[in-house]
Amino acid sequence: IAAGLPGRGRAQDALEPNTWEEITSYNNYYEFGTGKEDPARYAGQLTTEPWSVRIDGLVDRPGDYAFADIMERMTVEERIYRFRCVEAWSMVVPWNGFELADMLDLAGVQEGARYVAFETVLRPEEMPGVSRPVLEWPYVEGLRLDEARHPLTIMATGLYGRPIPNQNGAPLRLVVPWKYGFKSIKSVVRVTLTADEPPTSWNVANPREYGFYSNVNPEVDHPRWSQASEREIGGGLFARRKPTLMFNGYEEEVAQLYEGMDLAENF
Amino acid sequence: MTPVDRVNAGLRRVPVWPLYILGALPPLWFLWLGLTGGLGVEPIKALEHELGELALQVLVAGLAVTPLRRHLGLNLMRFRRALGILAFAYVFLHLLVWLVLDVQIPAQIWADIVKRPYITVGMAAFALMVPLVATSNDRAVRWLGPRWRRLHRLTYPAVILGAVHYVMLVKGFQIEPLLYLGGILALLMLRIRVPRRLRTA
Repeated sequence: IAAGLPGRGRAQDALEPNTWEEITSYNNYYEFGTGKEDPARYAGQLTTEPWSVRIDGLVDRPGDYAFADIMERMTVEERIYRFRCVEAWSMVVPWNGFELADMLDLAGVQEGARYVAFETVLRPEEMPGVSRPVLEWPYVEGLRLDEARHPLTIMATGLYGRPIPNQNGAPLRLVVPWKYGFKSIKSVVRVTLTADEPPTSWNVANPREYGFYSNVNPEVDHPRWSQASEREIGGGLFARRKPTLMFNGYEEEVAQLYEGMDLAENF
Repeated sequence: MTPVDRVNAGLRRVPVWPLYILGALPPLWFLWLGLTGGLGVEPIKALEHELGELALQVLVAGLAVTPLRRHLGLNLMRFRRALGILAFAYVFLHLLVWLVLDVQIPAQIWADIVKRPYITVGMAAFALMVPLVATSNDRAVRWLGPRWRRLHRLTYPAVILGAVHYVMLVKGFQIEPLLYLGGILALLMLRIRVPRRLRTA
């Protein structure tokens, strides 16, 4: 698989992953609260066993797929990816996971499908943050089918070779490394293949600030802050900013997905 | 002597200067936490936020002085200047963290001030506070006379802008900044003197 992706191996070599502590103590998972430390504090109460993912919509074999059954049929590998939050901070994360395309093939994608919609689990009794209307719950996200099938797009189930902690989206979460972090939806319970562009939570909450694509792009600012630079987590009080890379450094691999598109328009 | 009178009599014996020493402690404490990992793995935003929120809290305390005296008879007037100066110091430190540690790039600082409404609003609040802190001494009070009171009404728009700045910067619909804004507006409402003829109507 890596042979088909000339850029990836090279890009990976240069990356120094953030520590386990950094990756698991600074999270945005608003279902557990809006503070960065809230997910680490409260996500422990989320029940992740048993877990199943409903795959439905335009697929040949719709149904509830048990997490264990999915894992049995997937090839898990390590992917060290840059992670760029829309808030202009970033990390490098050593994920373990499998390609989303493989999971979609379990259910068999039908001809008319053009988009993939995702949904996060919603359990008010285990998620203290959802009692507040910060966003509409459950959290939903979406990708175009070609983005979803791109070999860089994975479902992560682990971190540093260990099961992924709840605050990072256990037991499985999407990771789309060339998009802002909020696209990489956590604790997925439903994947729906659709013909039309599905709604996405942040776009519904504030369409002016968050587009459907949300590709990392240093030239298109968030209305309230610049996206030209970012601060890598872990640098302490005197961390320097560094320039943000087009498509978060994955331009070579993904730019062709957006050929001919105005990226300022389709932000 | 009512209990409030007794509290007021007691407060008259409390000197004001320790308030400045006490007020210096939270920023030093946050700085210490930031340097030692106590503010988490991204201490810059955390420090910025702590200082901004602290400034709002002290501004709320300052706004409460007059309503407390008018409605409860509690007299904290002697401490109000210290509260105002401390609030300014916190806002200044908040701004400094934003300039030096957060944005870092001089060209981007100016671009942010003119282009990002929440930063424009925050800067306006800071700018309004500058003449206030500059005239927070007895000489200025004497020199300006009745104009001093009029000038210091700038406190009200400054505090409102500070709270609006907070409301504007959060992502999604969040309660906390709205509570600050609501509290500040309520405290300002308590200061409005209803004319006598309306009161009896």
